[in-house]
Amino acid sequence: MRTLAGVEDEEKWLAEGIAGIQHNAFFMHRALDANNLREVLKYSALMLSELRTSKLSPQKYYDLYMRAFDQLRQLEIFFKDESRHGLPVVDLYELVQHAGNILPRMYLLCTVGSVYIKSKQAPSKDVLKDLVEMCRGVQHPIRGLFLRSYLAQVSRDKLPEIGSDYEGDANTVIDAVEFVLQNFTEMNKLWVRIQHQGPGTVREKQEKERNELRDLVGKNLHVLGQIEGVDLEMYKETVLPRVLEQVVNCKDKLAQYYLMECIIQVFPDEYHLQTLEALLAACTQLMPTVDTKIVLTQLMDRLSNYAASSPDVLHEFLQVEAFAKLSNAIGKVIDTQLEMPIVGAMTLFVSLLTFTLRVHPDRLDYVDQVLGACVVKLSSVPKLEDARAMKQVVALLSAPLEKYSDIVTALTLSNYPRVMDHLDDGTNKVMAMLIIQSIMKNDSCISTADKVEVLFELIKGLIKDLDGTNVEELDEEDFQEEQNSVARLIHMLDNEEPEEMLKIIYVVRKHLMTGGPQRLPFTVPPLVFSAVRLVRQLEAQGGDIAGEDVPATLRKIFQILNQTIEALSSVPCPELALRLYLQCAEAASDCDLEPVAYEFFTQAFILYEEEIADSKAQVTAIHLIVGTLQRINVFGVENRDTLTHKATGYSARLLKKPDQCRAVYACSHLFWVDDPEGIKDGERRALRIANAAQQMVNATRGSSGPVTLFVEILNKYLYFFEKGNPHITPSDIQSLIELINTEMLSDNGNTTIHSDPFFSSTLRYIRFQKQKGGLMGEKYDLIKL
Amino acid sequence: MNYLLGAFKPACNVSITFSDGKNRKQVPMKKENGQTALVPLFHSQDTISGKVCIDPYQGKKVEHNGVKVELLGQIEMYFDRGNFYDFTSLVRELDVPGEIYERKTYPFEFPTVEMPYETYNGVNVRLRYALKVTVTRGYSGSILEYQELVVRNYAPLPDINSSIKLEVGIEGCLHIEFEYNKSKYHLKDVILGKIYFLLVRIKMKNMDLEIRRRESTGAGANTHVETETLAKFELMDGTPVRGESIPVRLFLAPYDLTPTHRNINNKYSVKYFLNLVLVDEEDRRYFKQQEITLYRLKEDASA
Repeated sequence: MRTLAGVEDEEKWLAEGIAGIQHNAFFMHRALDANNLREVLKYSALMLSELRTSKLSPQKYYDLYMRAFDQLRQLEIFFKDESRHGLPVVDLYELVQHAGNILPRMYLLCTVGSVYIKSKQAPSKDVLKDLVEMCRGVQHPIRGLFLRSYLAQVSRDKLPEIGSDYEGDANTVIDAVEFVLQNFTEMNKLWVRIQHQGPGTVREKQEKERNELRDLVGKNLHVLGQIEGVDLEMYKETVLPRVLEQVVNCKDKLAQYYLMECIIQVFPDEYHLQTLEALLAACTQLMPTVDTKIVLTQLMDRLSNYAASSPDVLHEFLQVEAFAKLSNAIGKVIDTQLEMPIVGAMTLFVSLLTFTLRVHPDRLDYVDQVLGACVVKLSSVPKLEDARAMKQVVALLSAPLEKYSDIVTALTLSNYPRVMDHLDDGTNKVMAMLIIQSIMKNDSCISTADKVEVLFELIKGLIKDLDGTNVEELDEEDFQEEQNSVARLIHMLDNEEPEEMLKIIYVVRKHLMTGGPQRLPFTVPPLVFSAVRLVRQLEAQGGDIAGEDVPATLRKIFQILNQTIEALSSVPCPELALRLYLQCAEAASDCDLEPVAYEFFTQAFILYEEEIADSKAQVTAIHLIVGTLQRINVFGVENRDTLTHKATGYSARLLKKPDQCRAVYACSHLFWVDDPEGIKDGERRALRIANAAQQMVNATRGSSGPVTLFVEILNKYLYFFEKGNPHITPSDIQSLIELINTEMLSDNGNTTIHSDPFFSSTLRYIRFQKQKGGLMGEKYDLIKL
Repeated sequence: MNYLLGAFKPACNVSITFSDGKNRKQVPMKKENGQTALVPLFHSQDTISGKVCIDPYQGKKVEHNGVKVELLGQIEMYFDRGNFYDFTSLVRELDVPGEIYERKTYPFEFPTVEMPYETYNGVNVRLRYALKVTVTRGYSGSILEYQELVVRNYAPLPDINSSIKLEVGIEGCLHIEFEYNKSKYHLKDVILGKIYFLLVRIKMKNMDLEIRRRESTGAGANTHVETETLAKFELMDGTPVRGESIPVRLFLAPYDLTPTHRNINNKYSVKYFLNLVLVDEEDRRYFKQQEITLYRLKEDASA
């Protein structure tokens, strides 16, 4: 309620002030029209007296000020025209100083002063100096600020800067700079002082109001930045030291922060670069509560942009040792500002790193140095818990990844993993993911075992459970995503040299094996395939390579593979292990390593027997085994018989009849390999098995879908028939077709012959073959439909 | 009717003209009735010369026991009304007793008159110069005519004119050091100076510089002191901080000032003071008064 009333009151006061200004402005205008100087001065002073109010907030006061300002423009025009008031401007300059109240007096003096300078009857520097001195009389912060801002405004186009009308022998750009600097200093003092006005209870509101006024002060810096003729020398010797002195001495957090920001924004980059030392020294002297990191960050951002703008300027950076200075300053700031949260320090490091990467992309040692400093800082605090700090560290670590698209570069940074050690597990994983993604994105290949070692060290958060991780907290989906990434990463580890590649595989295996049961299902397959690829590569090159310390022999590799997969089977993840064994078996077969392949099969069968209990899994497993076995031709008769019998036996012992049936007719292929050189010893057995399958179907009669099975068997018959198995006769096929027809009729009244598309397609195929004629057509002709 | 009216009117018109009346500077002077009139300006050692013209009205004759012109320098104390102290009285007899029938002109001259005091118009006291023409008559009453003069005296530039410098304060509350560039100012002078704040523990509203005039009249137990503030000039708005120095620049020209008068004819003194006043937010006033000497500088010398 109170504040509401306060606002209303303020509105009222503002309205009164405006009315006062308008009232007196009216009379002033009348006097202006009559060219009556005395009256003009009287009413303008009265009008300006409205600005003496203390009741308004800065915002409202600004409103009032602007209205007076408009009127003063009119007055200035009048003052300019001597023929209207009849007084030399120098006398006018004295005359307005007769006003009894200081505020109207100073506004009038500034107005006449601007005319005075324009008339060039006095050196502009003298007038400016006088004005800026006399303004000291107004010590009320808000009124003083606005007065000085008025002075700045009317004098802006009258500074004796280079190229201006007011520059001359006596008036140099130094005077212009002096003037602006002094006005700036005084304004800043006033601005800082606002906080000491009024009781502490309204501190917050005051801060806000102060903030609204900051641009009045900052404007001066802006002007300084624009003055023509302020060269680097002058900036370095005069402008910057003076401004910084004021910034440091005002000991006010708001002002220091804002002004540093202004300095950085207003002056050219090359000046910053050349005065880096002074600027940074000032940064370390700011109040502890000032957000120095943002200031420094901005500075570094600007400098990095500058560096990026043109390659020509880079040598300047080297000349002034920008990196060393920045790095030094940041160290100091972090050391001195003990209260700075860790996130602040991290932000600084990120900026410094960004700067380094942009300016000195070739200096990896700098990058490492930054990371090193970061490690030191992180070590000094207990475990990092601030989420924002964590984010900054991630940013810090990501920067080099982005810059050097080749991850390999990052791997050579000795401090990189040390920084990562300070992350919590979750973030560590995020970072590891980033690293992997970077590798993926850039398609960069990690080609030496050493680098792989480092890389795995970096991403160890993904590779194994770190101490204290609560497994239950893990999100299933995230976990899968992570592990899939690791799996993808493994494929990026590649080297043409088998010897090195083997080393890589050793390293990877070493790390992956620590992953525990959750991870192995994800990580082992890519490793196995990677190894199998190596195997095939070696095979293509003609066999074993004799290495120095690790001979890359095929047997050796298979041995590793065996062990690796074994680990997986104990997870337990038998289905996957089974598949991998079969893969390896196939690879071994291709390498003509019969015993090895046999060994793998043995492992697969053992797994099947001991571990795979689920009937569906069994079906899948059987089909896989059969499929693989069918393709492998390395086995001798004895081994082969053992395996095929085993497989057939398993098939026949499946739980469901349809499954049995399907598995068995699949097994039939084991005895008939479509290869002229292949084994055809089992012609008879193939048929027998097909028959066995048929019997099984009979057994399933009554349950749903035996017809389909018959049709499937028919297809097998046709296959073997086409391939020329002499034991499959057209009559066999014919009788099977009839059997199916009868089955279909008796099965269900509703089912018509055409309702089974599979069967009808099969029949259509037979007809097609008949019509086609030729050798095959003749064969088919024997089948009667 | 004419005759009757004529009986109450003076029989003649007496006028006084100065020989250099055309060229002599005239300055405005406030008359007793409050109106301002232009009055010729003289300085000490000036020769006052001119003519007295007696012009009888149509058909009248003026019988008289002599005509004289006096130069009077008087001090008039208001609380002692009616009593004039003539400190200067010079007489020139212009005519022996006789009759005047027609316009008659008498030249007169007071060569290099010593007029040590300046014309002064104060609160309780007035110092005036006037020419008084008396046409002495018998019972019908003398005919009197006055012509006011203004006398201003220039002072030379003072040999010693040191600045005023003082440190004042209230223990633990406010300490200031102020400096005015001179202790003696001429009337069109400008006071320059600065106020330096050594310690500020109070919140100030503003700081003014006042010019005060102290007029003391009479002597001993009868002394009347009257103080007027002639100028109030705001020097500062708001509260400064320690170390701040506020400039002073006060032009004296716009104010109605006179030179400092010390013990004029043992009757009165007029002194001037600069009063530095600080007003705090509770409207308490802290002030320090310093006497300054004002003098009149010959105009072209000051230029």
